[in-house]
Amino acid sequence: MPAPEKKPAPLEFEAPLLALSGQIETLEKQLADNPNPDLDEDVRRLKEQYNHLRQTLYTNLRPLDHLAIARHPQRPYSRDYFGRWDPNWIELHGDRKGADDPAMVGGLMQLDGMDIMVVGTQKGRALRDKQQCNFGMPQPEGYRKALRLFRHADKFGFPIVTLIDTPGAYPGMTAEEHNQSEAIALNLREMAGLTVPVISVITGEGGSGGALAIGVANRILMLEHSVYSVISPEGCASILWRSADKVSQACQAMKMTAREIKALKVCDEVIGEPLGGAHHNFDLAADNLKKALARHLKDLVKLSKEEVRQDRYNKFRQIGVVA
Amino acid sequence: MDLKDWFASRQKRRDTLVVKQPLTTEEYCALWTSCFQCRELIYTRDLRANNHVCPKCQFHFRIGANQRIEQLLDTDSFVEIDRALTSADPLEFKDTDTYVNRLAEAKRKSGLNEAIICGTGTIDGQKLALAVMEFGHFGGSMGSVVGEKVTRTVELALEEKLPVVIISSSGGARMQEGILSLMQMAKTSSALQELHKQGLLYISILTEPTFGGVTASFAMLGDIIIAEPGARIGFAGQRVIEQTIRQKLPADFQTAEYLMKHGQVDLVVERGKLRDMLAKLLTSHSPNKNQTKHPVENQKTASSRR
Ligand SMILES: [Zn+2]
Repeated sequence: MPAPEKKPAPLEFEAPLLALSGQIETLEKQLADNPNPDLDEDVRRLKEQYNHLRQTLYTNLRPLDHLAIARHPQRPYSRDYFGRWDPNWIELHGDRKGADDPAMVGGLMQLDGMDIMVVGTQKGRALRDKQQCNFGMPQPEGYRKALRLFRHADKFGFPIVTLIDTPGAYPGMTAEEHNQSEAIALNLREMAGLTVPVISVITGEGGSGGALAIGVANRILMLEHSVYSVISPEGCASILWRSADKVSQACQAMKMTAREIKALKVCDEVIGEPLGGAHHNFDLAADNLKKALARHLKDLVKLSKEEVRQDRYNKFRQIGVVA
Repeated sequence: MDLKDWFASRQKRRDTLVVKQPLTTEEYCALWTSCFQCRELIYTRDLRANNHVCPKCQFHFRIGANQRIEQLLDTDSFVEIDRALTSADPLEFKDTDTYVNRLAEAKRKSGLNEAIICGTGTIDGQKLALAVMEFGHFGGSMGSVVGEKVTRTVELALEEKLPVVIISSSGGARMQEGILSLMQMAKTSSALQELHKQGLLYISILTEPTFGGVTASFAMLGDIIIAEPGARIGFAGQRVIEQTIRQKLPADFQTAEYLMKHGQVDLVVERGKLRDMLAKLLTSHSPNKNQTKHPVENQKTASSRR
């Protein structure tokens, strides 16, 4: 799937940047019409200021800003990464039980010379596409499709990479009737038993159990602006604050940004993004992530099957703080 | 989310109760309990004798973890583990109040350190590892401690080769511990993977209400899943689903009976019959099954040993 070659749509917190770049543009236009060497210097200084502002803006983001970048409609999705890592990857379809959930995609590919299985949530780009993918919220059938691919990987010894960018599992009537809970629960249990290395990457939103259902991994990586949380900040705000406009507070309180999740020892590595976010440069974002994955995979493939399983068990066994 | 639904419906119930109840003294209230479902006034002592099930309409009142243990296990057979384990505040979480204050309030209200009681005990002489959730403590939500205790219970069962019974009652993951709560789903399920591999029996019992991260982890992983009549069980709360699909849900949606109809639970068992059912299942799954000639007789002798 091609990347949107459109200019990235600015986010609310980027307004000061936008204003400055607007000024520069106007000045440059004026200068093009009647050149004035005195103003050249002004433009140069403005541009310097712009770059400085950009740098400081993106290094001092609030949790809410990270969330906005993580949810940016132009953010690269699983298919964008898969296609860049291996243009000839083989997509595998279906849960073998009656459905092929478009919100969960997966298949076989070569990543840096290694044959691996990739599985990821997919949000969809155009409106129709988005609707088909349920805005990245998998149905139980999606999780069962993922499980089928995990089992295939386990049988044939493919290391697994999962990409996670989902608001959560789809909360619908048929989803409940088809046992969304069991689909997630079974994935958690079966992933724990896999004898091949698993690396999960939060590429955008890691929304609750629907994210974890493909996230029981030996290594959990998070992109710089991605978030991972037990409930959506909107849900948290409406339950705990009883007010939908406390999303910013909920974001802050839940400690959901990549750096915070790493401090809580859930995330193993934060992967840098192109300045401003992955949507500014798909190729660079995909390449950064690929390098990190290859590095971790090379470590993990040294482990025996039993060691891989034990390594994963130990990772999750240690998570949590009790008194 | 589910917790919110629960609070809303509880409030509704309370409101109607206030209207329906005749003005009485506090003693009178303690003596009589009005059934949430059929409004029948029941003599509280009778209700207790009937396992807190309405004699008229079979409505199952919510009961505490200690009461359940008392109902199910052989007298004095329960040995609790990790009683003292209590929640920390790793996120220094604060909403309209601090997590620390909310924890203290939960402890005061429930008299427990956490939303689950774990240990070992016997049913008709058969030893098992048991974890019972307490909805009355922080809405039965799963944070680090609940996850840790469930995991330790399963690990204990692995060590001693015991069957596991977990009785769930929970609004889901505990938001105040953020991502750490979410990860307890993976931790508990990983322990159950080991149990599964070792071929040990796990019976999951779902009671009113079981939702969110608890349903989507250990609660739905039972080799056998039993639900209590009328219990509401699901992943997402009804309000969230209605907002998503913009459609009214059927009246019995997410009830034990509805789950049974959709193939999600093995059995719906009345509270009064649960102990016998567990005894039967434990016997039929015992490692020396099919080695004795008369398993039915064996079971009878076992139950007379009570
Ligand atoms: Zn009744």
